Amino acid sequence: METPSPEIAPQSSLIDCGGLDALIGALSAEGYTVIGPTLGDGAIVYDEIRSAVQLPAGWTETQSPGAYQLARRGDGALFGYAVGPHSWKKLLHAPVLRLWRAQRHHDGSITAQTDPPPPLRYAFIGVRSCDLHAIGIQDRVLIGGQYRDPHYAARRGGVFIVAVNCIVAGGTCFCVSMNTGPRVRRGYDLALTELIDGERHEFLVETGSTRGAAILNRIPKRPAADSDRQSASQATERAASQMGRQLDTGGIKELLLNNLEHPRWDDVAARCLACGNCTMVCPTCFCTTVEDHTDLAAGAAERIRSWDSCYTMDFSHLHGGSVRASIKSRYRQWLTHKMATWFDQFGTSGCVGCGRWITWCPVGIDLTEEVAAIRSGRRDDNG
Amino acid sequence: MPRSRRAKLAVWKFTSCDGCQLSLLDCEDELLELAREVRIANFLEATRAQLKGPYDLSLVEGSITTPADAERIRDIRRRSRALVTIGACATSGGIQALRNFKNVPEFIAAVYAKPQYISTLSTSTAIADHVPVDFELRGCPIDKRQLLEVIGAFINGRKPSIPAHSVCIACKRSGTVCVMVAKKIPCLGPITHDGCGGICPAYGRGCYGCYGPAETVNAASLANAWHAAGASKAQMHRALRSFNANAGEFRAAAEKLDEDD
Ligand code: SF4
Ligand code: SF4
Repeated sequence: METPSPEIAPQSSLIDCGGLDALIGALSAEGYTVIGPTLGDGAIVYDEIRSAVQLPAGWTETQSPGAYQLARRGDGALFGYAVGPHSWKKLLHAPVLRLWRAQRHHDGSITAQTDPPPPLRYAFIGVRSCDLHAIGIQDRVLIGGQYRDPHYAARRGGVFIVAVNCIVAGGTCFCVSMNTGPRVRRGYDLALTELIDGERHEFLVETGSTRGAAILNRIPKRPAADSDRQSASQATERAASQMGRQLDTGGIKELLLNNLEHPRWDDVAARCLACGNCTMVCPTCFCTTVEDHTDLAAGAAERIRSWDSCYTMDFSHLHGGSVRASIKSRYRQWLTHKMATWFDQFGTSGCVGCGRWITWCPVGIDLTEEVAAIRSGRRDDNG
Repeated sequence: MPRSRRAKLAVWKFTSCDGCQLSLLDCEDELLELAREVRIANFLEATRAQLKGPYDLSLVEGSITTPADAERIRDIRRRSRALVTIGACATSGGIQALRNFKNVPEFIAAVYAKPQYISTLSTSTAIADHVPVDFELRGCPIDKRQLLEVIGAFINGRKPSIPAHSVCIACKRSGTVCVMVAKKIPCLGPITHDGCGGICPAYGRGCYGCYGPAETVNAASLANAWHAAGASKAQMHRALRSFNANAGEFRAAAEKLDEDD
């Protein structure tokens, strides 16, 4: 078949590794703080980068439930891995943030002030399709409705997104099941597909916005041919065929909500640590808690907002104690919110299939297995 | 606004290493403010001056290991409006609670030339096992910011903001890559109370459990994960039998591992 995938725009371009470095340079020159994947602490994490040299060339990883390990690839690919422990939420929806502080004055009056948002504009390099969907979900939750989170809005506004189409899938990925990847569709300024094969190491670049086109105009590139688009399309299809996990989402909301008393919840509760790792690594989880602090004299006070988790007891603490005292009720809350009640609340699934929940669970609980177990042994509570 | 009356603060020591009360002196930047806001009524590491009770806030360090300790803590409780225990010794019995699982007379006979001079209990126990406690601040040693938070809360009549969730939450908030998942290093973090902010994992080590059991503990499941990471039951047992060996859930978890053997 010689016709290129109709998904890839015919006016796409090619850049090489020097071009990618030039892109990072051009974004920095525009005043962006560039964040991209880089090696750190035994994993591929997201951190500030100043040049393409800091990308994890030739590295990949193996992922399975509760296990992540870096590994060498046989080539020098810059994006030859899936997603790691960090997600972009750490930058857009700050893990710990002071909301305001207040000062009591000698005359007894009180003044309060909020901190200005950080004077940063981010450019993200290497945003995968699942994570782009996750950003879309957080946009809807945090700034899409009547009550906008000004802190998220300040960080999110103007983020320049260089997406990357996955050329390999991780052992816990299931974006194909969630219909969120591996090919990015919208929401980016530029989208890259790495073409690496023998001597060849280039990137097919698609443009998703006028500012994306403007930046691209400032770096060395050449027009892509149909054969390049074909190769790019095949590379992503290969990733799609490598999904480490799959999830049957047919009627998933009814399946879960009709099986709230299924014995599988007890089974998973015996394994779950209620440590909260899954909610923290999940790129769509948005819950926070606030704590107030004063100095000793109670002359100054501040309110701190931090990522919270439905796995903590405080999360559901009402008068008299925690409403979800058992691990079972907390695990069930999280899975049913993500996969079922999220539809009612926000119109989509809360899961994008990135697999972080599976990989970064210290005891390797695999939600795809849990849902499959409920499905195969469904007993519909009232049925 | 200046206070009409400064709270009287007392610091008491039982069986302990003094590390926790020294955290108070370690608050170098806040010491002057502290001295402005409270009257130090009893704090032998800082001053020989001792004021009579009653005390608005007593900070109690150390565990109960002698009959005399058991008497003295009742007296201190009677003279204290609020009593807060600080550190693993005072909240669970400390490392010295390892004696709870052994034969103490045998130790005494092995160590002391004249065992008859030694008057000690066969256990090391938490202050809360002897008197009512208003708040327990965890850690071996405690964290000085948490200590200031607790003192500030008590002298201002508010609730201390000291979350009881796992160390994992602290790791994730700070972006630390999980050592258990990425390096197969056995870690107690998932069942350990936060407080340190996840220092050890940030330096590539597993959590040692200094802050004792988190609000929810599933030690049996963690033991399986340790096993998968190549750690034996004996290693997990040893990890649980440290500064917080006598804390309810850690103690029960170690006993369960004994049974399984
Ligand atoms: S599912 Fe795993 S990561 Fe999530 S709370 Fe339970 S043990 Fe922790
Ligand atoms: S390193 Fe330990 S404390 Fe931190 S997330 Fe992993 S298991 Fe939890």
